[in-house]
Amino acid sequence: MQRFTVTLVWVCFTLATFPAQAEELALTSTRTLAASCAACHGPNGNSLGSTPTLAALNQQYFIQRMQGFKDGSVSSTVMHHHAKGLTTEEVTAMAAYFAQQPRQTPQPLPHQSFLGAQ
Amino acid sequence: MAMEKITRLPVPTRRQFVRSVIYGGLAFYGLPAFARAGKPPLGHVVVVGAGFAGLTAAKYLREWSMGNLKVTLIEPNPQFISCPQSNLVLGGSRTLDQLSFSYDIARKQHDLHWIRDSVMSVDMANKQVKLTRGSLSYDRLVLAPGVDFNYSKIPGMPSPVENIPHAWKAGKQTLQLRQQLESMPDGGVFVMTIPSGAYRCPPGPYERACQVAHYFKQHKPRSKVIILDANADIVSKKGLFLQSFNGAYQGMIEYHNNSEILQLDTGSKTIKTDFETVKADVLNVIPPQLAGKVAQVAGLNNVDQRWCEVDFVSYASTLQSDVHIIGDSISAGLPKSAHMATSHAKVCAAAIIELQSGHAPNPLPVFANTCYSFVDDQQAMHVANVYRYDPAKKSMVSAEGGGVSAKASLQEGEYAQAWAHNIWADTLT
Ligand SMILES: Cc1cc2nc3c(=O)[nH]c(=O)nc-3n(C[C@H](O)[C@H](O)[C@H](O)COP(=O)(O)OP(=O)(O)OC[C@H]3O[C@@H](n4cnc5c(N)ncnc54)[C@H](O)[C@@H]3O)c2cc1C
Ligand code: HEC
Repeated sequence: MQRFTVTLVWVCFTLATFPAQAEELALTSTRTLAASCAACHGPNGNSLGSTPTLAALNQQYFIQRMQGFKDGSVSSTVMHHHAKGLTTEEVTAMAAYFAQQPRQTPQPLPHQSFLGAQ
Repeated sequence: MAMEKITRLPVPTRRQFVRSVIYGGLAFYGLPAFARAGKPPLGHVVVVGAGFAGLTAAKYLREWSMGNLKVTLIEPNPQFISCPQSNLVLGGSRTLDQLSFSYDIARKQHDLHWIRDSVMSVDMANKQVKLTRGSLSYDRLVLAPGVDFNYSKIPGMPSPVENIPHAWKAGKQTLQLRQQLESMPDGGVFVMTIPSGAYRCPPGPYERACQVAHYFKQHKPRSKVIILDANADIVSKKGLFLQSFNGAYQGMIEYHNNSEILQLDTGSKTIKTDFETVKADVLNVIPPQLAGKVAQVAGLNNVDQRWCEVDFVSYASTLQSDVHIIGDSISAGLPKSAHMATSHAKVCAAAIIELQSGHAPNPLPVFANTCYSFVDDQQAMHVANVYRYDPAKKSMVSAEGGGVSAKASLQEGEYAQAWAHNIWADTLT
């Protein structure tokens, strides 16, 4: 808790000192975090498989689902293990981010037969 | 490159940049501005290795800089072969063809300069990499060479032996091991050794044991899997793997802990440990591992002379601030996984763009990580965590709330399949 407070003070300090950059930093850090969801939810939230697509998802719905994964009211196989580790601010920021991503038909994977070199 | 030049070239303004992030990120993506202007406004990044880490870094460096960084990738292999799911080739539910991909889409789509070669050494004073043919200058270097194997640590097998594959890099050896299992008579013994200390994909060996047992159960029911683990216990998803070892594969998989190889006779495929002598029909030695060769040659493997220490805000080497290291080569209290490798790559790419723009990177990176393992052809289970940077500890620390599946299931098997398709798409398109 103490470490968290120290961290928080540090972040606030950093953000207050460089207000012009704060907005952008918040955006790029949200984008980086959101990009780590791509392994399961696809590039920019457009899934190629049975995991749900997050691109263009309604913000309120996104937040409700994440809150539900956190408190157990929405059942999940894996999302509770992610949702519980994220802050409310991170969830809200990602809800806004994914809502802006265009829904696209994912490109097919560039399958190729094994060439035997490696 | 000099900073003054940046302002003269057509870089998007900070506001445009922010706006492009808001409106979907890809809006500005297209022909790189410098293709017309001549010089890349944010400089030239050379990425070594087009595996999960390197290829992801290259893609996001281009995408998130909106084409204002020039990126050159150096990779000797002609195509991408996925280690994830390669254990399923041994189990018989995947073919290596299904795990093989062309680099062409990523290369063209992100306008990557591609050199099919290996980096032999790095001249850090002059910011150059030496290839087998020629050399190349960089503003920043990203090393993503994966792992190297240390055979000198295996008593009796000081160098690779043709008929004892590791199959710990997917490719020919995966097929060779599958072939050996197919040729083995029913009633034979498959022995797999697991090294102590950090290695690529902590749950991987146990997943492999399940896959081989899955194959045996269908085709060679009198055969056995013996795991000689140099570690004191199952390293990852212990409870879950024990459910399989003692459940579906009871009597077929034997797990022996603290079983360091004392002597290995490669001719008779016999291994002596502190407790026993085991003879294999098919022997799979997973060798001790360390950072990829090029990181060793550069002298950046400063942790136990094995792994590379990095700053988790930018993935810069703690020894050399303009050389970034990502993927399996780094020292971290984190599992060496493909998902991790892509997350290192994204944090690193974002940081390099900030640094090349003269700004400080995000001081508190956060990312999600999951590792699925298949226990047969259809059922899988996970370990999942969010990791966040702890500036006091100077490391990525798992947030509260992470954990593992209650049990392997068909539903998670489907999601694990979706994971593979999505991470391949994220990396390769
Ligand atoms: C059997 C098995 C199963 C696995 N299953 C999973 C799984 O289910 N989920 C998961 O998340 N992870 C899994 N992994 C782990 C995953 O494969 C690795 O963590 C991941 O590949 C690491 O990525 P990387 O980019 O660091 O290394 P790699 O993917 O190995 O890429 C390194 C690249 O660098 C190139 N290279 C090396 N040296 C040079 C040089 N000098 N010059 C130029 N290029 C060079 C190599 O040719 C290679 O292409 C598994 C691994 C194995 C072995
Ligand atoms: C390991 C794979 C995995 C990762 C990583 C992952 N998710 Fe999920 N996500 C799922 C699965 C599977 C579901 C369906 C619910 C379940 O079974 O857990 C889901 C569901 C969701 C939903 C509900 C969607 C809907 O339409 O109901 C949201 C929102 C979501 N995830 C957000 C995220 C965010 C944000 C991240 C990154 C921080 C993330 N997920 C990372 C696998 C993943």
